[in-house]
Amino acid sequence: MSKLLNVSSSPHVRSEVNTQSIMLDVIIAMLPATAYGVYQFGLHALLVIVATVVACAVSEYLFEKAVKKPCTVRDLSAVVTGLILALNMPAGIPIWIPMLGGVFAIVVVKQLYGGLGQNFMNPALAARCFLLISFTGQMSSFTLDGVSQATPLAQMKSGEAVDLAAVFIGKIPGTIGEVSVIALLIGAAYLLVKKIISIRIPAVYLLTVAVFVYIFGDHSLYQVAAHLCGGGLIFGAFFMATDYVTSPITPWGQIVFGILLGALTGLFRMFGGSAEGVSYAIIMCNLLVPLIEKFTLPKAFGKEGK
Amino acid sequence: MGLATFKGGVHPYEGKELSENKPVQVLMPKGEMVYPMSQHIGAPATPLVAKGDKVLAGQKIGEASGFISANVICSVSGTVKAIEPRQVASGGVINSVVVENDGMYETVAGLGEDRDPAGLSRQEIRDIMKEAGIVGLGGAGFPTHVKLTPKDENAIEYILVNGAECEPYLTSDYRMMLEEPEKIVGGLKVILQLFDNAKGVIGIEDNKPEAIARLTELVKDEPGIEVCPLKTKYPQGGERSLIHAITGRKLNSAMLPADVGCIVDNVDTVIAIYMAVCKTTPLMRRIVTVTGDAIASPQNYNVKIGTSFQELVEAAGGFKDEPEKLIAGGPMMGMALFSLDIPVTKTCSALTCFMKDEVAEEEPSACIRCGRCVEACPSNIIPEKMMRAALKGDCDAFEKLDGMECMECGGCAFVCPARRQLTQAFKDMRKTVMENRRKKA
Repeated sequence: MSKLLNVSSSPHVRSEVNTQSIMLDVIIAMLPATAYGVYQFGLHALLVIVATVVACAVSEYLFEKAVKKPCTVRDLSAVVTGLILALNMPAGIPIWIPMLGGVFAIVVVKQLYGGLGQNFMNPALAARCFLLISFTGQMSSFTLDGVSQATPLAQMKSGEAVDLAAVFIGKIPGTIGEVSVIALLIGAAYLLVKKIISIRIPAVYLLTVAVFVYIFGDHSLYQVAAHLCGGGLIFGAFFMATDYVTSPITPWGQIVFGILLGALTGLFRMFGGSAEGVSYAIIMCNLLVPLIEKFTLPKAFGKEGK
Repeated sequence: MGLATFKGGVHPYEGKELSENKPVQVLMPKGEMVYPMSQHIGAPATPLVAKGDKVLAGQKIGEASGFISANVICSVSGTVKAIEPRQVASGGVINSVVVENDGMYETVAGLGEDRDPAGLSRQEIRDIMKEAGIVGLGGAGFPTHVKLTPKDENAIEYILVNGAECEPYLTSDYRMMLEEPEKIVGGLKVILQLFDNAKGVIGIEDNKPEAIARLTELVKDEPGIEVCPLKTKYPQGGERSLIHAITGRKLNSAMLPADVGCIVDNVDTVIAIYMAVCKTTPLMRRIVTVTGDAIASPQNYNVKIGTSFQELVEAAGGFKDEPEKLIAGGPMMGMALFSLDIPVTKTCSALTCFMKDEVAEEEPSACIRCGRCVEACPSNIIPEKMMRAALKGDCDAFEKLDGMECMECGGCAFVCPARRQLTQAFKDMRKTVMENRRKKA
């Protein structure tokens, strides 16, 4: 034999799933919601999406180039961040705002803490909250069919009724990606079937919100349904709370995480000043992840009684 | 009800179709035979022969040199050429008896004679196993006579025969279950003779329905023996996974199967027991699967221990093309080889040859904390956190995370989407921790 043999420690085979394929699946799962958003809000929504994704990918490339780190744009994680951030934008936003958010997400939240896997907050959500505080007006002006309108959650906050069927399909004002529950659930089902996410966090999160709203609201299932489907809860529960890097890795930790998310979201929505609370709940719980993991480490096989 | 199994585990590509339908062929070696004096866990054996001595097949050439040790038996007749250190599959160099095979296969007197186990006392049976040099042929190499001498014979409730063969590509146990199931049942009966309160269970993964059918048919009139189909999942054949799947009992790294009333023996080991006790034939051969996409004609061989891997490859038609990776054993737990000039030892179940080394194709990247390693881990520990400890060389943190419970099955590294070398790092850490413990003791 002329070629030298490769020698390494076992195992000598690897599964087909890699980081890039996972990120690609997450992108695929967001396509139904993306398509619906563009269909409903028009071409400007598409422009916002493309601009945000490009801003994220380019800032990742440039940052890594500048600090001479290996380029990781190909793992597609920056594209996922860009897409999530864009889907969290009102359709009519001037595009420089989400682009600025994209740069903030990648450079400040992700790369400055060490890049993929090291950030302690979901970059897209941290950027969204940064934009919400900085550009409150533009970030919370929602239109539908060219008319400025209140979101279902805001309507409920001021005591108005909402049309549940419209909320489920998505014929409501809101951010580009959060409006259509049905489109989001199709994507969520794809993630579950491909085993990209586990059902633990979203199920516990949604259940906790339902219980919270039922107890602290006016004990009506209609209100519960409106809270589950209105606003960014479905999007947040399946696509953002399940972000690997910023959610607990321990099975019990994921359940605790879901309960905390649900309680905080309910608290913000029912008792807070603003109608929405998903983003803040998620980034706050992101900060609790190390603590949650510390207290939910499983017992090793055969050491359960000890 | 679902099939018996354990929590965690992975589903690597099985690759068994390459060789599962190939009947076992007896391979007669030509060149020199190498018998390392350590083919088992425990103290190396002491050579009993000197350069120039004539030896016969079945002759003891290495004597067990301690309580946990095993004899080494010559598998051919010929002349001792040298007693010198030789390379083995683990990469280490071990003192070995080298025999020039004369091709006559002359045996010691009495070899192969029938013997009725019913007339033997328990001590006699254990002495026969010890004399025959039998160790766990599944890979661990623990001396069988020691394993079958627990502190309390009466506490043993299960003798589990491991026919899971969960390691991808391997088909040697499968072939033996199809071809010589009577020997498996015979060997199991011999073991059961040692324990009053034990019943025998043969565990087989459900990807081998023919083997399950054959053995179920064979034991239908045996009251103390049953066959338990197991879910096909790696590492189903790991000792702890198997015990849990069949009995529901759990043990950790500090315990022995006997602590939960179990003794586990691999299919080929049980056959070796049968051969030694009932056929007066010591351990001279083992079944080896020669497989992988680089092998022209994958086969299962009945190989004389001491035969070089080179001969195995030649017998299987050589390489289709130049291979990139050769593995003693299967792809999940086997050891990569840098040469074929290495002897088949008691614990070598396969030679797997790959054209491409998958592991070399992708560089490790950053952990994305996806949790696949956690889901895969049969020991229910957190590889992600253990890796952080391992990268820092922090033995205390590693032990606190129950890193010593790792069975090195490779499941976490297999599923890791970032291609991180988790199992590899854990092996290092475990070795370091064990060394530190020994130093303290």
